[in-house]
Amino acid sequence: MVYLTRKAEFSAAHYYHNPQLSPEENQRIFGKCNNPNGHGHNYTLEVTVKGAVDPKSGFVVDLKQLKDVMSREVLDALDHRFLNKEVPEFATTIPTTENLAIVIWQRLEPKLKAAHLHRVRVYETPDLFVDFYGKA
Amino acid sequence: MKAHLTRRYLFSASHRLHSEEMSEEENRSVYGKCNNPYGHGHNYTIEVTLSGQVDDQTGMVCNLVDLDGFVLSHILERYDHQNLNVLSEFAKQVPTTENLCIAIYEIMNRGFNAAHLEKVRIEETMMNSFEYSGES
Repeated sequence: MVYLTRKAEFSAAHYYHNPQLSPEENQRIFGKCNNPNGHGHNYTLEVTVKGAVDPKSGFVVDLKQLKDVMSREVLDALDHRFLNKEVPEFATTIPTTENLAIVIWQRLEPKLKAAHLHRVRVYETPDLFVDFYGKA
Repeated sequence: MKAHLTRRYLFSASHRLHSEEMSEEENRSVYGKCNNPYGHGHNYTIEVTLSGQVDDQTGMVCNLVDLDGFVLSHILERYDHQNLNVLSEFAKQVPTTENLCIAIYEIMNRGFNAAHLEKVRIEETMMNSFEYSGES
């Protein structure tokens, strides 16, 4: 079994707000992330797939295919977007880094043919990242 | 759904690697320049990894404000700009980064209950890093 990781970057805006909570509770829990006009980050995405090395190609996965799926399913949808307003999943889910990792997994997993998705890691900043390994 | 969250922090401290159980020559031979009598320093990076269910209300594994507050008051204020050798946990233990990693893991594990502690990882320099996940 070999693990292969592909990185990508995207930039997006978001804010944290739960409409079921009062404005005071939102402010208390989310602090400055609750600012309704939003703020942004440069995100780094790491997608790790695993598999046996194909004896013919020497590949775990066709990197071009992985790159295309990442571009189409994730970057085209998220890059330079306001996550709360422009990405359907975040109409009802708060776009925390945790939920971003889960949503990216859900977008990628059904589209990957040969490779088996192992981990989605999303860096919100160099000092904060979330790993999601699928619904265990 | 369960996710892993990792947060990085920085602190600077000095230490000297020297064991009372070894002779001067043995200390010199085992620890090399880390045994120099007046000590030396590092910029340490700590990575704290927590896991837990992503809360439906907040979209979070745990609130970063709580995590940052705990790490600041219990770890950074204890270690930053200090000489590790004079701290009580290193009275009888050599302040190697292995032992520092265990000490920080124990502080987190005892005092921070908002999510499950998976791992503490410390980079002593860009070239050396150490991880501790508890005794299994």
